[in-house]
Amino acid sequence: MSLEARSVVKQYRVGDAVTNAVDNASMSLHPGEFLALVGPSGSGKTTMLALLAGLLRPTSGSILVGGQELAGMRESARARFRRRNIGFTFQANNLVPYLSALENVELMLRLNSEFDANGRKRARDLLTLLGLEEKVQVLPRQLSGGQQQRVAIARSLINSPTLVLADEPTASLDTERAIQVVETLANLIHEQGSAGIMVTHDLRMVQYADRVIQMLDGRVERTISPEEDLSCLADPAECRVIGSDVLGFTERADASSA
Amino acid sequence: MITAVHLALREILRNWTRYLLFSLVVALISVLVLFIAALGRGLLGGISEYIEGLDADLLVYQDTARLVTSSSRVECETRGAIRNVEGVQDVGGLAFASVSIVRSETAELLDVSLIGVEPGKPGEPPVVAGQGLRRKQAREAIIDGNVAQLLGLKSGDQFTVSTVQGGSEELYTLRVLGVSESQRFNLSPSVFVPISTWDEIRPKALLTAPQMDPACNVVAVRLDDPAQVESARRLLEGRVEDVEAVDRTTAYESQPGYSSIRSSLAIQRTFALLISGLVIGGFFQIQTLQKVPQIGMLKAIGTPNYVVALATLIEILFTIVAGVAIATPLMIGISSSFPPSVPIVFELRTAAMAVGSIFVMGFLGGLLSIRYSLRVEPLIALGLGA
Repeated sequence: MSLEARSVVKQYRVGDAVTNAVDNASMSLHPGEFLALVGPSGSGKTTMLALLAGLLRPTSGSILVGGQELAGMRESARARFRRRNIGFTFQANNLVPYLSALENVELMLRLNSEFDANGRKRARDLLTLLGLEEKVQVLPRQLSGGQQQRVAIARSLINSPTLVLADEPTASLDTERAIQVVETLANLIHEQGSAGIMVTHDLRMVQYADRVIQMLDGRVERTISPEEDLSCLADPAECRVIGSDVLGFTERADASSA
Repeated sequence: MITAVHLALREILRNWTRYLLFSLVVALISVLVLFIAALGRGLLGGISEYIEGLDADLLVYQDTARLVTSSSRVECETRGAIRNVEGVQDVGGLAFASVSIVRSETAELLDVSLIGVEPGKPGEPPVVAGQGLRRKQAREAIIDGNVAQLLGLKSGDQFTVSTVQGGSEELYTLRVLGVSESQRFNLSPSVFVPISTWDEIRPKALLTAPQMDPACNVVAVRLDDPAQVESARRLLEGRVEDVEAVDRTTAYESQPGYSSIRSSLAIQRTFALLISGLVIGGFFQIQTLQKVPQIGMLKAIGTPNYVVALATLIEILFTIVAGVAIATPLMIGISSSFPPSVPIVFELRTAAMAVGSIFVMGFLGGLLSIRYSLRVEPLIALGLGA
């Protein structure tokens, strides 16, 4: 089991008011499986991602990554766990601006004291695989948004992590680049046998996931397997019938048809 | 550690114009701090140099003079009484006055301290060229290195001293017997003459015949055991009437102007160091604020806090080292362009202390940004942090 979240609750207290950002959410993920976490803004997707990464402690419930409970670890141990076992891709500010593309990928190796000639070759190979062989020495500001995301993907995969987490990796990309990035991410996760979770608003991207989890108001609303329900996601009318417009797809479809 | 160095050096290298400009700012502040330190050493040394370097352990004043050299008068008999106190190895009378040397080529005057000493006794400065004073009453002098440099004098040369006696200017010609190292007193270079010659030359209201053993201002006392300064001081004050004995440090710190100059310079130095701390701290704080998303991302991917802190610390140290490295030759260049009359004295110890202070203040200023970077939450990377 790569990841298992059981009855996770994350509460925020402001004055007397208590808000459940994540409310009794459970999910599991196997090695080599790529999961899309979808839902409208405020549904708790990103908070769930932060909990899975050990960036937040759950109010209750447990999260096991690679069999290890994150909540009980001290901050320094969680940081060590993240750099060894979790690969991250963020929506923005993914790269260290003063490191080249290659150095950004190598950073994970340096942090894990695994940087050597072999590591450098692996970093180059990964960037080549992602179509960035001409850009290895280029600084992030000289790369396009899609290229930067691909460098971030390479960094998240360089040390073969147990879990790969991607927060809105296509948010700032055009459709062509977005598809390219997600397709690459999914393929590499499958090849490496890591478990991957991608938070996204973009329904066009869920087709590359093995499963889709919808979240609403902090709860796991439902799990959709590709065979049955992705057709629903592609059909706004059907989505209305089942009352699952939580993905925001209908609104988008209406806007485009208008 | 290696990762922190890697991150810091890459950041400096890839943003070298920013770091160069800031290092120049640090260099300018360092020049100011070094300048104040050198000026302080020069001014305070101008007052204390001779007494600081005296070959004596105690200085004895008239007890009512409140350690003011010009107000003190110690008679010849008292010197004898001091010499007879047990533990005293030797004594020498010192007498101080201000006169002017007439520059032969321009007829301009160079103000000097005329110091009367007893040949071969404590108070006569060691010479680096020529020889020491030989006779009790002779128109011979030891000049300090500053006089030699300013007037181009050497052993065997003669020079003319101008003084006011009985309401009119009197000129005396002295022969240079030897040259000592810098021995400034009362912010002037010094000329040392036998004490009876001093009594003849010194400014005075009435023309009087010089005495063989005139009264002096202060008595320099050399002890058998320099470690027993305090007990010897007490013994001496108990055995000899109407005198106050102090060590050299107390003596020069009691000179008029010494305390006020020292406190003025201390205030200037404190402000300069505060400015350096604020500027360095401000720069790195602004830089850290700009880097919050990047720091959050680094922490989210598992970068330990110490790597983030160490990288910032290395950048701070680099900036200060670069600033000081630029400032030091700059300061030496600037100060060499000053005329010799400007009291700028570069001393390794003083300069090292000034540089050390810049490091400490820069480090303290930078601590704020390090503390801030440590408090950045990795959740920032996900847009969740505060």
